[in-house]
Amino acid sequence: MSREDVYLHVRGESTFVDDLAAPAGQLFAAVLGSPVAHGTITRLDASGALQHSGVVRVLTAADIPGENQIGPILPDEPLLADGTVHHVGQPVAVVLAETLAAARRARRDIALEIDPLPPVLDARAAAARGQLLLPARTFALGDVDAAWSRCAQVVTGRADSGAQEHFYLETQGALAVPAENGTVVIHSSTQSPTGVQRQAARVLGVPMHAVEVDVRRLGGGFGGKEDQATPWAVICALGAALTGCAVRLVLDRRDDLVMTGKRHPYSSDFKLGLAEDGEFLAYEVVYYQNAGSAADLSPAILERSLFHATGSYAIANVRATALSCRTNLAPFTAFRGFGGPQAMFVLEAAIDAAARGMGVAARDLQRRNLLREGSVFPYGQTADECHAERCWNEADRAYDFAAIASAAAEHNRSHAGTKKGTAVMPVCFGISFTNPSLNQAGALVHVYADGSVGVATGAVEMGQGVNQKIRRIVAAALGVATARVRLDTTNTSRVANTSPTAASAGADLNGMATRLACLQIRGRLQQFAADRLGGAEPAQIGFADERVLLAGQSTPLDWPELIRSAQLARIDLSAHAHYATPRIAFDKTAEKGRPFAYHVYGTAITEVTLDCLRGTATIDAVRLVHDAGKSIDLATDRGQVEGALAQGLGWMLLEDVTWDEAGRLRQDTAGKYKVPDLGFVPPVLEVAFLEDADNPHAVLGSKGIGEPPLMYGIGAYFALRDALAAARGDLAADYTAPLTCERTLQLLAGRATGHATPNLEESPS
Amino acid sequence: MERRFLLNDRLVELGPDERGLALAWLRQRQGLCGTKEGCGEGECGACTVLLGELSPRGVVYRAVASCLLPVGELPGRHLVTIEGLNPPTGLNPIQQQFVDEGAPQCGFCFPGMVVSLTGFFLDSADLSVNDGLAALDGNICRCTGYAAIVRAVTALAATYRPLLDPTRARVDQLAEWGILPAAFATAAARLSTLGAPPIERFDTTAPAVLFAGGTDLIVQQPDLPAAADLAYLSRRPELRVIERELDELVIGGAVTIEEFGHAPEFRALVPDAPAIVGRFGSTLIRNRATVAGNLVNASPIGDVTILLLALGAKVVLSRDGRRRTVPLSEFFLGYKQLAREPGELVAAVRVPASVAGDLVSFEKVSQRRFLDIAGVNSAARIRCRDGLLERVTLAVGGVAPVPLSASSTAAYLTGRTLDAATALAAADVLESEIAPISDVRGSAGYKRELARRVLFAHLLRVAPDRLRVEELV
Repeated sequence: MSREDVYLHVRGESTFVDDLAAPAGQLFAAVLGSPVAHGTITRLDASGALQHSGVVRVLTAADIPGENQIGPILPDEPLLADGTVHHVGQPVAVVLAETLAAARRARRDIALEIDPLPPVLDARAAAARGQLLLPARTFALGDVDAAWSRCAQVVTGRADSGAQEHFYLETQGALAVPAENGTVVIHSSTQSPTGVQRQAARVLGVPMHAVEVDVRRLGGGFGGKEDQATPWAVICALGAALTGCAVRLVLDRRDDLVMTGKRHPYSSDFKLGLAEDGEFLAYEVVYYQNAGSAADLSPAILERSLFHATGSYAIANVRATALSCRTNLAPFTAFRGFGGPQAMFVLEAAIDAAARGMGVAARDLQRRNLLREGSVFPYGQTADECHAERCWNEADRAYDFAAIASAAAEHNRSHAGTKKGTAVMPVCFGISFTNPSLNQAGALVHVYADGSVGVATGAVEMGQGVNQKIRRIVAAALGVATARVRLDTTNTSRVANTSPTAASAGADLNGMATRLACLQIRGRLQQFAADRLGGAEPAQIGFADERVLLAGQSTPLDWPELIRSAQLARIDLSAHAHYATPRIAFDKTAEKGRPFAYHVYGTAITEVTLDCLRGTATIDAVRLVHDAGKSIDLATDRGQVEGALAQGLGWMLLEDVTWDEAGRLRQDTAGKYKVPDLGFVPPVLEVAFLEDADNPHAVLGSKGIGEPPLMYGIGAYFALRDALAAARGDLAADYTAPLTCERTLQLLAGRATGHATPNLEESPS
Repeated sequence: MERRFLLNDRLVELGPDERGLALAWLRQRQGLCGTKEGCGEGECGACTVLLGELSPRGVVYRAVASCLLPVGELPGRHLVTIEGLNPPTGLNPIQQQFVDEGAPQCGFCFPGMVVSLTGFFLDSADLSVNDGLAALDGNICRCTGYAAIVRAVTALAATYRPLLDPTRARVDQLAEWGILPAAFATAAARLSTLGAPPIERFDTTAPAVLFAGGTDLIVQQPDLPAAADLAYLSRRPELRVIERELDELVIGGAVTIEEFGHAPEFRALVPDAPAIVGRFGSTLIRNRATVAGNLVNASPIGDVTILLLALGAKVVLSRDGRRRTVPLSEFFLGYKQLAREPGELVAAVRVPASVAGDLVSFEKVSQRRFLDIAGVNSAARIRCRDGLLERVTLAVGGVAPVPLSASSTAAYLTGRTLDAATALAAADVLESEIAPISDVRGSAGYKRELARRVLFAHLLRVAPDRLRVEELV
């Protein structure tokens, strides 16, 4: 059974926010962003904009009836700048006009004068100035300081990973429609309907019950709409409240690129100590996270970097310290992986440095140190049902790492113009929100009198297939066809106090809540059917293939008849249920606990080819084994693996985000920011799922899937370094990502400019 | 002023206030929201539509980006959106294949993907997998990683390629397969009754703006179609001709890059033309952007410009019936400055037929291989016999304020025997005649290094047995 929505997608009939019909009298909003990265507003005069025909009103901070504040963790983010600006693109004023063109034209005629202050753009520079969001945090295990003396090899270095733009195809947007008595309905492209509701109520100065947020679907989110859909939705709500008209705001791509945050750049110092036999004895790391100008979700992202400091490896002595540094860039935010990829990249850089120093293959060190059953993470949790070695072994057996590496070496011996490189990337990723209070979900299930089933949850469908998984969960619980089940919009009036759809936990949490609601209804139907079938034991009643079963045997009673008669008999055919992930806890004072319900594992091997003349690389193949538990929907999970991988590859080799010295984004149009296209992704992609891997800690034995496969992309970086090392033996120990064409050529040539002959292997031919 | 056209299966007429871009018009005026806005600059393909135009061969359909398409281009033509491809119920075979592969995730890009693949079915000579994948070179998907899309295209080509009957009209065959709805069968007859003015006059006080493909102009000035009168060059048949004239190939001023790259007359001179042109923009862009427009845009990194510069092309300029011819190497005076008088139109580009038999080599190093602007691009025309470089012309982009004719380097190479020492010395000459600047496409030092390397790439291509990479870099 295919996903319900894919039929609509290929016919162009699925509705996104900007496809909603215009309510009568609708106004369009255009946001004026700060042109400078840091400064004091000395003049803000909207009279010029108000001269334009069709302009209804211009909103500034002074118009906000409630609190001018939308920070989700720290109260450091005004909706509209008030007095000072802290990044280029920070919303300062909003034009409301009868047409989009008028709103955008008038925006240019708002007089905004700013006394500039020096911007701080770099995380280390911010740390040196004491600009930390919160005090530094450290996770520790064993005794690192005592371990160094026992190490046969110690490598130190620095690793830097860049920002990444989400580039969801549907830009940020919302439509707010005012209703009676000061209430408002907001249609928002958000991963966090409750977050939008909470902040809109805060800004409007009304109770949350006065704000209804409704989400049909997102045209991609990837974390970029977890918190940063909020300002645009709240601006619409503010406009609607102040004018009494519906307000629509859909950012154009340029505004979206400039005004919204991206994946955090990290700059990190590492020190890895190894025993003679390659065992990782000690690992010390300091992460400088560039948080941007406001906290947004940065503290939570920083925390996940600490949780994933040791990646897929067991290390007995660890000290990982993380600093969240405030700079004058748009607040960096959630992006698939949520700080995990940045941390894993640093450790893989350390392993690469160690392997080259010791003259051994990186994959031998990786294999030697993989997590095993019962291995202890620095945060105190043990690796249970640990599949790190199983995934590695399955992948090695299926793809033969040694054969792939020796084929590359063979190529390199006979080719001077191209070099091949390979790398293995094992992934371990913890599933649960690291903030324990977010690990809860609600679901509302209605069985209608005709036997159809409507489901509302807190999960937002953004292409990840959560609705399809929930349909299957409902179908399994009630014994009906998935075609009977329809997912309603995600709406704060149907299911309240929801967590964002994030952390790869959307299906886990909302699926389980849905299952619990179905089981309530199922219990009532068992009782009813037992009575109808002449006083059988309710426990003997089952439901499968749209029929009622008695002691496993089919009865004449089918689902439509059961429901029709149950409704006439006044049986409650609706249920709400709540699920809270059991057994998770974390003590932030000790930095110890059991933050994750379980971990996801996997291993990938990547092959690349380097063009030694042009300094360009192609990704030839990625082959992987992934632990998806017992998949609820294999096609959906495969799509998640393939899509996350492409984003990881893009982050490592393609997608470059830079700013000029004034803090202006250089890649400010779609023409300048390039995400993977069909020609970039590997022509060979083999995805195998680990078998017999039922997960006891999530719904129907499944596992969260959204984020972990992104980190297979890290393998491409080290595969390209491997190819570069084949081209020149004295490859610089530079670990800067993304490894763009320019960086690749610099490493290949051994310099930034000039043209001295690099040390290339002689070709025998 | 006649402004009627076919929108999917019905005849529509634009009112005098309808002047903007097709994407907004479809979504806001027609409620046809299957066409999505992803970027507004032709970079993502979410807004892909088919634009059909009557020709002696019937209606020719091309997939184009509706975000760059002024509605003034529509009169007399057939605009097809995803809604016009949908069967009344169920799915057509392209849609079904995507569903069968479980391809769509968020779904935002898929209407555009379906339209682009329909363009492939209409335009591809043999329905090969490679053509199918190439047809999606302008369609970005951020969710899927393309794997399921590739599987779907592969399956479609496997199914339909063997069924193709080249003796039959393509539109009829596609209708039979269910890929096109029946409305396409009558489109030619319906279009033949329509006309359209070459210049849409709303504001008669200002001269009309010459408008070719608009693929850069609209990105720079999206409000232009609503604000100014446009003179649509696509409506001037004399500008759309590609013909051999004695010892030159004449490419009309409104010929698109896609038409140019695949024209048999040009392939006769440069057999590799389709592959070279495949590195320029994307299918959606090449279907609108014109050869002359790339020249007039005056970008120092224009791909077509660099190719034509190396081929020794000339530009024919016309105004009020007066024509003059300027060698392309003298057309670029400074950054975005042309030897073109106000109101002068590039009526044609003339390529010397003597190119035939020379090796034409094109190089482009961009961060992303397709649909990206190069750090450095370069083209060379080389005649080499037994290692003797008898004739060399070289053009390099991205290394000077203008598209550079590297005449000193070419002169140095001409008459020499190709070996590593010659190549290295030529690279030094090249370095002396370039002056790259640092920008979003790369640092000056990087471009300097790339310029040397693309020169080596040309020389390696002309004589792979005389040079080795490791002697050069």
